[in-house]
Amino acid sequence: MKPFAYARPADVAEAVRDVAAEPTAVFLGGGTNLVDHLKLGIVRPDLVVDVRTLTSRSIDDLQDGGLRVGAAVTNSELAADRRVRERYPVLAQALLAGATGQLRNLATTGGNPLQRTRCVYFQDASTACNKREPGTGCSAVGGYTRYHAVLGVPAALPDPTAPETCIATHPSDMAVALAALDAQVQVLGPAGARTVPFVDLHRLPGEDPSRDTVLEHGELITAIDLPPLPAGARSAYRKVRDRASYAFALVSVAAVASGNGDVRLALGGVAHKPWRATRAEGVLRGGPLTEDTVRAAMAAELAAAQPQPGVDSGNGFKIPLVTRTVVATLRDLEA
Amino acid sequence: MTDLLEPRAIGRDLVRRDGVAKVRGTATYAYETPVERPAYAHPVQATVARGRVTAMDTATAEGLDGVLAVLTPSTAERLASTEDREFAVLQSDEVAFRGQLIGAVVAETSELARQAADSIRVTYAEQSHDTELSADRDDLYAPGKVNAGHETDTSEGDVAAAMASADVTIEQTYTTAMYHNNPLEPHSTTALWDPAGDGHLTLWDSTQGVHPDRAAVCEVFGLAQEQVRVICPYVGGGFGSKGTPHAHVMLAAMAARALPGRPVKLALTRQQMFFLAGYRTPTIQRMQLAADRDGRLSAVAIDVVVQTSRIKEFAEQAGVPARMMYAAPNRRSTHRVAALDVPVPSWMRAPGECPGMFGPEVALDELAEELGIDPIELRIRNEPEVDPDTGKPWSSRHLVECLREGAERFGWADRPPARHRDGNWLVGTGVAASVYPTMRQARSTANLRYEDGRYVAEIGAADLGTGAWTVLPQITADALGVDVADVDVRIGDTEYPIASVAGGSSGTNTWGSALVVAARAFREKFGGSPSDGDEVAGDVDQAAQDEDHAAYAFGAQFVEARVHADTGEIRVPRLLGVFAAGRIVNPRTARSQFVGGMTMGLSMALHENSVWDPQVGQVANHDLAEYHVTVNADVGDVQAHWLDEHDPFVNAMGSKGIGEIGIVGTAAAVVNAVHRATGVRVRHLPVTLDKLLPGL
Repeated sequence: MKPFAYARPADVAEAVRDVAAEPTAVFLGGGTNLVDHLKLGIVRPDLVVDVRTLTSRSIDDLQDGGLRVGAAVTNSELAADRRVRERYPVLAQALLAGATGQLRNLATTGGNPLQRTRCVYFQDASTACNKREPGTGCSAVGGYTRYHAVLGVPAALPDPTAPETCIATHPSDMAVALAALDAQVQVLGPAGARTVPFVDLHRLPGEDPSRDTVLEHGELITAIDLPPLPAGARSAYRKVRDRASYAFALVSVAAVASGNGDVRLALGGVAHKPWRATRAEGVLRGGPLTEDTVRAAMAAELAAAQPQPGVDSGNGFKIPLVTRTVVATLRDLEA
Repeated sequence: MTDLLEPRAIGRDLVRRDGVAKVRGTATYAYETPVERPAYAHPVQATVARGRVTAMDTATAEGLDGVLAVLTPSTAERLASTEDREFAVLQSDEVAFRGQLIGAVVAETSELARQAADSIRVTYAEQSHDTELSADRDDLYAPGKVNAGHETDTSEGDVAAAMASADVTIEQTYTTAMYHNNPLEPHSTTALWDPAGDGHLTLWDSTQGVHPDRAAVCEVFGLAQEQVRVICPYVGGGFGSKGTPHAHVMLAAMAARALPGRPVKLALTRQQMFFLAGYRTPTIQRMQLAADRDGRLSAVAIDVVVQTSRIKEFAEQAGVPARMMYAAPNRRSTHRVAALDVPVPSWMRAPGECPGMFGPEVALDELAEELGIDPIELRIRNEPEVDPDTGKPWSSRHLVECLREGAERFGWADRPPARHRDGNWLVGTGVAASVYPTMRQARSTANLRYEDGRYVAEIGAADLGTGAWTVLPQITADALGVDVADVDVRIGDTEYPIASVAGGSSGTNTWGSALVVAARAFREKFGGSPSDGDEVAGDVDQAAQDEDHAAYAFGAQFVEARVHADTGEIRVPRLLGVFAAGRIVNPRTARSQFVGGMTMGLSMALHENSVWDPQVGQVANHDLAEYHVTVNADVGDVQAHWLDEHDPFVNAMGSKGIGEIGIVGTAAAVVNAVHRATGVRVRHLPVTLDKLLPGL
């Protein structure tokens, strides 16, 4: 670990100024991901700005019937909130499906969506990784791809030596639920405050896999707003993983169903970002929700899916698995 | 025949003597040893899988304030012996596997040592590496012997002829994955070199045997036994990976010699343990079974392929248990090894038996299905009268009783039909047998003294969480005929008499035997009313070792598996084992061993898998977030039961060793249960949902 300066400014404005002024500076929230990365040499900041006590740690009712969740609210607190459990079960379930009790007690609302990929090559500073060290290539191609993307990747097998190649997935469960809920992200940056739709927060690798989100350097998440759901909406989160707890998703599904084929679906474990399944939603809209229509909708969504070969048979299994998981989730939701 | 001790303390579920200290956190482990002014070492590891180190730029590291020493292949001391190439640390510029030790930094703090180590820039002349195990390689070789001194190949009768003429045959290839031991306490050492006189090295090392540890260090550094003391009162798990020292122990000792008079602490990180602390080789097992319509086996053959490192041979004996498990006139077993550019494999809980009972016990299940015979009945029909491998009678063998009692307790007779569905879950049950040889090491000595009205025994034994602190006083008390509360046993220090490794489930058998000899000699010499300071030593009586019987512990494992019909997720709500392992010295610590072994077997069945990346040349998932070990949520009702088995041939305690048998057979039972639930036969561990989905 490289030594760094640690700052605990008086307020969020000062925190933003501090980080904006130092190109390698990072914000510290719960630290459940960043501290690991500091130890592993994956990030080497000169300045760590602790914002844990600066942003709101309360969950407030909004006038439109939604909720505003302060960035410092822990994952445990958010999952336990009665309003969240009653109105947004998909979010409470996603939170409780993530990590462990100890980690959820530390992890924050602002920090969780900004956790970085669990790609084993990203996490090993001795291997090539375009996300960690732009231009070095991608060790995951043809390697251990079980936790890697099948959506939002090139149609052909990616070139491991190309600087834009990255087949990593975003690991957050909470983020998948927030994508399905059409949450809004309140951001404060050097240029002032702005609101970013959650579905636009994360990005695909594009030309620059090192950037996970659209946030600019120095921008800080201060709160996340949950809009009200239509009356009678039901929601659920289903996570499929290799062991029953304390594992990242192979695939996951966040579903919100409001009747009349109005279904919102977000998929986890399949792409560089929480994947809002807009094609499938379009196919289902206005029609009956049956196993056949769901399968057809998922076939449309997954038409461009590209399995990544690799050791231990690669990750092609995710394509049938995610369809099966969506079918099971919607079946349980309708039951 | 041995006169078994009259059990008074033996058989009681006494609480762990070390439990309070461990719960309070006052039990000191190797890295925590309180020492004056410790320095900290952090290793530098190779980042290529094969080649040579051509340059190491250590200027930045050496320039950091607080860095005390930088060790590289060009500056490190020359070792007295480099014969064991795993231990020949920093003795050449050759890189034989990725992650190999190529340097170290010693500094005032562990953080600084790590930072300085990270700053060292290494230049390599890289060569292409070869790390892929396959049964089709043209360079597989037959080792001289396999682990534990077993014959490499055995053959009796004519397997090919039996296969050709049998009513039914099974011919399949099964594989087990690479596994890493991953004890909770990482491998760690505190080393102190006192340069006075001829020099003296003290090692507080996390080890399964202070004396074997010392012997290895003495050999490598050319030191006399008196010059080295190894101390290890507590071990936070080892599972075999601390049964021999690994390269980091030599590195810690080298670092200490570079800083005479200052203790140096070195703990491997969890990630480093995936390169440097041993592992279980992946195995490829080609099985052949031939049987008549009644299920009587006419042939059993297993051809095993394993890997080792190019720098050191460790040939896991995975073909060995099939030699003796069931009766069949025609039998064959072979072992072939691939020497690769990979880290050095070593012992992991039940080497040989653990992977080696996977293929055979799944193959038997396949045969039972083919024949339409209950898998328990099939095993009973092939119960051998004597050891098929040696022809010796069994010292005791109660496999059939384990199967029957297990079936009764598990409710086997009422088990649901194949592909039974309960809501969205497919339900199946499975069974497999387990076995582990009963071993006693040739050499261990106990010293027994009467001191302040108490009996004090000293022996350099190790308690790696198994219960030695607790069970050795029980044995000693019964051998002396006194209350166990009046006995202290001191272990974990080479200042005490020599003791064998805590390995091969032989610890209690071996150290207990020495304690019994010492206790009997003590009574003979001093009678029932000793005086303060009366003292005798006792050695394991090797002459009394029974050689006329085949001695094994046996068991039967039962599993209920549930597979989600949509997603293929696998849950194991019930795991039940029944074991015949001789006399159980302490039911409390024994149950922990059985249940722990079975849970580790469940972990092997469903989760554990060191995923090898041949492109990079290393384990891809080298931390505990990505290398999955079964967690609490995966473990349901785990029950361990045992028979009251009397075996007069094994040793004075009548004990057979229980640390390893629990893991044996579990994975096969899980696979068999998953097959019953889904109809999908998984022959390659671990059983994961992607392997089931095409069949659901």
